[in-house]
Amino acid sequence: MTTKRNEESIDYTGKKIGMWFFLFTEFLFFGGVFLLYSIYRYRFPADFHQGAGEENLVLGSVNTGVLLTSSLLMALAVAALRRGRSRLSIAFQAGTISLGAVFLVIKGFEWGAKIAKGIYPNGPALLRMSNGGILFFGLYYTMTGLHALHVAIGLVLIGFMVRDTRRKVIDERNFARLENTGLYWHFVDIVWIYLFPLFYLIT
Amino acid sequence: MTEQKLESSFYKNEDGRRGVAAWLMSTDHKRIGLMYLGALLSFFSVGVLIGLLMRLNLISPGRFMNAQTYNELFTMHGLIQIFLFIIPGIPVAFGNFFLPILIGARDMAFPRLNRLSWWLYLTGAFIILLSFFIEGKPPDTGWTFYAPYSIRTPTNIGVAVLGVFVLGFSSILTGLNFVVTTHRLRAPGMGWFRMPAFVWTLYATGWVQMLATPVLAITLVFIILSRTFGIGFFDPARGGDPILFEHLFWAYSHPAVYIMLLPAMGIISEIIPVFSRRKLYGYVAVCLSALGIAIIGYAVWGHHMFTSGMSDTARVIFSFLTFLVAVPSGVKVFNWLSTLYKGSISLDAPLVFALSFIFLFSIGGLTGLVIGSLAPNLHVHGTYFIVAHFHYVMFGGAGFAILAGLHYWFPKMFGRMYNERRAKIGWLILFIGFQFLYFSMFLLGYNGMPRRYFDYPPQFRPLNIVSTIGSWILVTGLIIIFSNLIRSLFKGEKAPRDPWGGRSLEWRIPSPPPRGNFKKMPVITDKSHDDEAE
Repeated sequence: MTTKRNEESIDYTGKKIGMWFFLFTEFLFFGGVFLLYSIYRYRFPADFHQGAGEENLVLGSVNTGVLLTSSLLMALAVAALRRGRSRLSIAFQAGTISLGAVFLVIKGFEWGAKIAKGIYPNGPALLRMSNGGILFFGLYYTMTGLHALHVAIGLVLIGFMVRDTRRKVIDERNFARLENTGLYWHFVDIVWIYLFPLFYLIT
Repeated sequence: MTEQKLESSFYKNEDGRRGVAAWLMSTDHKRIGLMYLGALLSFFSVGVLIGLLMRLNLISPGRFMNAQTYNELFTMHGLIQIFLFIIPGIPVAFGNFFLPILIGARDMAFPRLNRLSWWLYLTGAFIILLSFFIEGKPPDTGWTFYAPYSIRTPTNIGVAVLGVFVLGFSSILTGLNFVVTTHRLRAPGMGWFRMPAFVWTLYATGWVQMLATPVLAITLVFIILSRTFGIGFFDPARGGDPILFEHLFWAYSHPAVYIMLLPAMGIISEIIPVFSRRKLYGYVAVCLSALGIAIIGYAVWGHHMFTSGMSDTARVIFSFLTFLVAVPSGVKVFNWLSTLYKGSISLDAPLVFALSFIFLFSIGGLTGLVIGSLAPNLHVHGTYFIVAHFHYVMFGGAGFAILAGLHYWFPKMFGRMYNERRAKIGWLILFIGFQFLYFSMFLLGYNGMPRRYFDYPPQFRPLNIVSTIGSWILVTGLIIIFSNLIRSLFKGEKAPRDPWGGRSLEWRIPSPPPRGNFKKMPVITDKSHDDEAE
C-alpha cells in the first residue's frame, strides 16, 4: 500500500498528463454551451445585441480584473512552493481564495439586480421578451452559473491545498497537486475571459 | 498449485479491513474489476427480464400491460442495458482487471481515482433505479431523452438524467485513467507494438470516453435546466431548437457505440490467436484500425438523423463517412479470419463465442450499411429493422464478446475451471434463440412495423410470435451459461496458470493473480512476447 502511494506520487508526468486530459474534457463540456451560444447568436443577432445592452459593463470589467489577479496569485503560490517557501505560498493561496470569493459576491450582485427586474428563467420580464431575448438570458444564466459553480469548486480545492501545504503534505519536492489545482484555476479564468466579451463587450 | 500456496491471491484481505469494506474501499484494480463485473451482470439480468416482459406484451398486445407501462418498460430496458451494462461494460470489468496485468504494471496510474469511478458508477446506478421507484412515474421517453417530449413529460426524467450525468463522470475518469496508465506504466520493453491488441482497443476507447462523454454531460445539464428552470434551449415555443438536442445527443451517443464495441473487438483479437495457435494476423493493422474506428466514429452521428431535418449535403457527407467507418471494422474481421486460416483450431467455449461474435457482428455491421445509405434509410428509419440492427451489434457484438471474455478469463479471475460441455450447450441455445428473437425483427421492420409501438396490425402477428418465442429460447441459453459459471465458482476444478496456452502476461502469473500481480516486474523482450515458432 505504501509503496503504491509512493510510486503514484513519484510519477509527476503522469499526474500532469492526467490533469491536462481532465481539463480537455472540461473544455469539451463548456464547448457544448458555447456551441449553442454561437448558433443562437447567428439566428437572433438583434436580440443578442439588445440583451448585451442590459449587462452591467462596470461590474463585468471589475470581475475580470479580480479573476485575472487571482490567477496571478495562484501562479505565484506555485512558484513560491517550488522554491520551498511554504508560508509565502499559503499567503498567495489565501489571496487567491479571497479574490475568488470577491468574484462570486460581485456576480451575486449582478444576478440579484437582474432577478429584481424580473429577468430570470420563467421570470415575468423575461417571458415578455422576444425568443432571442429569452435564449440570450437563458445562456447568460447557464454559462455564468456553470462558471460560478466551477469557481466555487476551485475555492474548495485551493482550501484543501492550504491545508496540505500547512501539513507539509505538499512541498518543494512534491508540488504536482498544487500545480494541478493551479491549472484548474487558470482554466476557470480562461473560460471567463471568453464569457466576458461574449456577454458584455459584443453589443 | 504450489505457487498458489506460496503467494497469496488478491482475494485474501491484507490491509486490515474485512468483509464488504475490504472490497468497497479497495484500490486494487482486480477487486474493482470484479465488483464492476458483478454489478454489470446483475443489471444485465434485470434488463433481460424487462426485455422479456416487452416481448410478452407484443405476443398479445394489451393483455399483460397498458401502453404507458410498455413505454416505461422500453425506457427502463434501454437505460439499464445501455448506461448501466454495455457502455461501462468491458472496460470497467475486464479492462480494470487485465489492463495493468497485460502491460506489466501493478495497478492503474491512479488507483484511488479508479475507486472513485466505481463509487460514482454505483451512485449513478442508484439514482437511475431511484427514478423507477420514487413518487411519480418512471421515465417514458426511451433512453434517448429526445426533446421537447423529455422536457414536457411529467415522468421522472430529471432524476434519471441526473443518474446518467453521474455515470458520465465515472466513464470519463475511467477513460482518463486507462489512457494515462497505458502511457506511463508499461513494463520495460513493452513497446506500443508489443502491447496485446486488447490494450490497444482499451486505449482507443479511453480516448473516446474522454472526448465524447462531456458533450453528453452538458446536454443532460440542459435537459435538467429546462425542466427545473424553464430554460428553453430545446423548446420551440421559446426560440429553442429540438433538432440541436439530437445533434448534441448523438455527437456523444454514436461514439458511445464504439465505446461498447472497440473493447469487444479487443477481446476477440485476444481469443482467436490463442485458440488457433497462431499469431494475430495483421497485428499492426488490427491495432491501428482501433484508432481509425475511434477517430472516424466521431464524424458519423448525423446518420441517426437522416429523417430529422438536415440539408442534403450534410446527409450525403454523413452517409459517406458512415461507409468509411466500415473499412477499419472490415480490416479487423478479415484479419481474424486470416488468423484462423491454417491454424490448429481448438474449438473451446471462448472460441465458440468469439466465432459467433464475428458472424453476428457481420450481420449487424452490414445491415448498418443498409441503413447508413440514404434511400433505404428513409424506408426503414424508426422501424424494427433498426432495433434488429443494433441488437445484432450490441448483443450479438458486445454482449457475445463479454460472454467470450468471461469464458476466456474465468479461470484467471476466479481460479476455477467451468464445465466446457454445459458452456457449449448454453451457447448453442442462446445462439438459436438469438436468431429467432432478432432476425424476425429485420423482417418486421422491412415490412414497416415501427419500433417502440405497443400494438400492431394483424399482419405482423406471426413474426412477433416467432420473436417472442425466440426470447424464451434465448433466456434458457443464458440461464444455462450463467448457472454453469456460478456453479463452477464453488465446484469447479482448480485452474492452472495457463489453461489455454495463451502467451500474454496474464497467463504467466498464478490463477487467481497475487495482490501486486507480479512477484518480479516483467521485462518484455521480443523473444518472450512473440510467437515462439518465429
